[in-house]
Amino acid sequence: MAEEHGRKWDRCLADTAVKTVTGLGVGIVFSVLLFKRRTWPVAFGSGLGVGMGYTNCQNDFRLPYLIHGRMVKDQ
Amino acid sequence: MLRACLRGANATARNNCRRNPLTSVQHCRHYTAGETSGATKVVAAGLLTVSSGIGGTILYAKWDHKFRAAVEKNVPYSDLLFSLALGPSSQEGLPIKKQTELAQPPSMMDKQVKASKAKSEKKVKEAAESPAEESSPATTQPAQSIEEISQEASVEATHIISAIGEVPSVPAPCDTEAAAVKEECKECHDHKDTPVTAVVHPNTESPVAMEPLKERPVEEVAARLAQQDQEEQDILASVSASLEESLASSAKTTLQAIGAQEAALQAITQHTHKLKEAMEAEVPPQEKSAQWKDLEAALANRTCAMNDASTALLKANETLGSLKSVIDKSKGLNIAAVHPLVLAAEENLHNMIVDLDKVVTKVQSAESEAKIVSQYSELVNEAKQQFQREVSSLTPEIQANWKGLTGKLSADDLNALIAHAHRRIDQLNRELAEQRVREQIHIDAALEQQKLEDQKALEKAVNTTLQHVKEEARLEQERKLGELREVMEAEMRTQLRRQAAAHTDHVQDVLKVQEHELRAEAEQVLSSKMLEQETRYRQLNQEQLDNFTLDMNTAYARLKGMEEAIDSHVVAEEEARKAHQLWLSVEALNYTLKTTDSDLPTIPLKSAAEAVRDSCHDNDFALALASALPEESLHRGVYSEASLRARFNSLRSLARRVALIDESHNSLYQYFLSYLQAALLFEDEQKAPPTQLSREDLDPFKLLSYASYCLEHGDLELAAKLVNQLRGETRRVVEDWLTEARLTLETRQVVSLLSAYANAVGLGTTQAP
Repeated sequence: MAEEHGRKWDRCLADTAVKTVTGLGVGIVFSVLLFKRRTWPVAFGSGLGVGMGYTNCQNDFRLPYLIHGRMVKDQ
Repeated sequence: MLRACLRGANATARNNCRRNPLTSVQHCRHYTAGETSGATKVVAAGLLTVSSGIGGTILYAKWDHKFRAAVEKNVPYSDLLFSLALGPSSQEGLPIKKQTELAQPPSMMDKQVKASKAKSEKKVKEAAESPAEESSPATTQPAQSIEEISQEASVEATHIISAIGEVPSVPAPCDTEAAAVKEECKECHDHKDTPVTAVVHPNTESPVAMEPLKERPVEEVAARLAQQDQEEQDILASVSASLEESLASSAKTTLQAIGAQEAALQAITQHTHKLKEAMEAEVPPQEKSAQWKDLEAALANRTCAMNDASTALLKANETLGSLKSVIDKSKGLNIAAVHPLVLAAEENLHNMIVDLDKVVTKVQSAESEAKIVSQYSELVNEAKQQFQREVSSLTPEIQANWKGLTGKLSADDLNALIAHAHRRIDQLNRELAEQRVREQIHIDAALEQQKLEDQKALEKAVNTTLQHVKEEARLEQERKLGELREVMEAEMRTQLRRQAAAHTDHVQDVLKVQEHELRAEAEQVLSSKMLEQETRYRQLNQEQLDNFTLDMNTAYARLKGMEEAIDSHVVAEEEARKAHQLWLSVEALNYTLKTTDSDLPTIPLKSAAEAVRDSCHDNDFALALASALPEESLHRGVYSEASLRARFNSLRSLARRVALIDESHNSLYQYFLSYLQAALLFEDEQKAPPTQLSREDLDPFKLLSYASYCLEHGDLELAAKLVNQLRGETRRVVEDWLTEARLTLETRQVVSLLSAYANAVGLGTTQAP
């Protein structure tokens, strides 16, 4: 289990990095091509990438606890 | 505004889940800072937000009770706030309702119970009454039945008695009936026994005779009766025989006597006649001698006949006398059946006597006549004799018979004779004159004599006739008496017969009833006795059987005991051997547990387990234990404690790092926070676990320190238990370690159990000296 934890972290970080970079790149592209070299698409893209990676990582960590439907809270 | 409200809601939601609500206020403050720049505005906005949040919460709580409850539960003093604002929560009403509901059904139940109680009481009462009623009818029924039976019996008895009562004779019970029977018999006896002359009123005599009676049994009475009858019959027979005999003899003799008398009479009359003839008739001399001869013959005849008659008379008298004595004797016997015979005999006797007397009187009269005639003839003979003598004296040579002497006499003789004759004639004339003179006197004297004699004869005749008449009257009376007695006897007999018939009927009925009763009684007694005997016999039998079975059982038990002891010895030895084997195999298993390197598991326990299983294939407990070894341990082997310890130490840091992650909170931010916590939090490396875990001890850090302590001190079990309390991600992280630890623990437990068992078995099988 411990190894899985470490593995998950590795995957997660790698995935986030990749997504960030990809987002960055896409942002740069869009910024250059469509939005007249403004900085906001770059930030947007990188943010998008980070967000996606973050969510993916989160979901990966949540996976064992995820119940389809809704979370059961004590009421 | 809506956004603010939503934010507020979010904040409250977060408040429910998180620990630090301060961040929401910070967030709110951060967002609303862009609209105006004044601090007061900020504060006012903050206050407004807060108040709106609270107001919204209160409103929503008013509408949604569950929300209110949740808020009350999570926020410490919100229940006070809510009660101030909204009043007590409506949920409080529900328990009251429930209580009322609960109260109502119990009351209804009480009512039902009461009703049922009342019903049951009623039923009990009824049951009590009905058993009483039933028992009373039951008791009355047996009483009634007894009464009925007795009534029936009495009714039957009364029927019988009433049926008997119709008969004029007394319906007496058995004792008095027997007495009555005997009395009647005694009456009969009295009837038979009373003498003929004395019995005139038998009825008056019988009561007198009844009183001094004693009871005699019927058989004796009957025997006596029979005996008496027999005696009477004998006597009767003898008497009748004697009577007949004497009658016959007397009749014979009487007839003889009568005949003799008649013959005598005849002879006398003949003689008299002849004499008369001889006296008076003038017959020639030849015939005169014949006549005289006839006369003599007749005389002789007469004398003979007279003798005969007298002897016959004597005999007849004798027999008559004997007959009379016999009659008197039979009279003296006092038997009723003899009377007619006696009567007849007496009559016969009387007749015979009468006949005899008649004949005797005839004979006597004839005799008297004959006497006269013979006197006359004697006189004449005397005269003749005298004349003859005179003649002979005068003429001695002349023979006596002067009638035949006519030719022989001379004149002198004749003259003498004539002179004699003249003289005689003179004499006779003189006598005649004298006689004539004395005639009257003589006639008177004769008349007197005759009168006397006649009177005597008359008296005698009268006496005899009187006697005869008396005798006849007496005989008649006796005959009549006998007849009357017979009639009365017959009547009495019919009455007695009737009574006897009634009596027999009654006796029959009573005997039937008695028989029935006695039979029932006897049968009952018999059955009871039989039952008793049977039960006793059965009891004895059973006792004998029981004793025998007891002995057999004890012997068998002893035999069995001995056999069992021997078997158990054998079994014990076998067990001991097996135990030894088991112990050896368990020791081998135990040894395999120890063959382990630091990080690798042991060798698979399969072979050792097989060995154990082989050595205990008939012992369920050991088999169960052997099969309880986990599969992993068999195939793969188990880890040693040291390796587990080392692994745990490396796991601990990881567990610490993910301590804050649980099932619901596992975002990456939470991961960051938990990492921060692990970096900042310090706990003891090893801490002794308390005996009882409280709620604060369930913190993962504490648990990990406890577990380390336990592991350091060799208590894998407690360490595993403590590790088992971890939750969430930490639990997931240490899951592997936990399973391994469990496996090891299981295997060790099984092995220890097996070894303990083997030891115990070995101990058990070793026999103390």
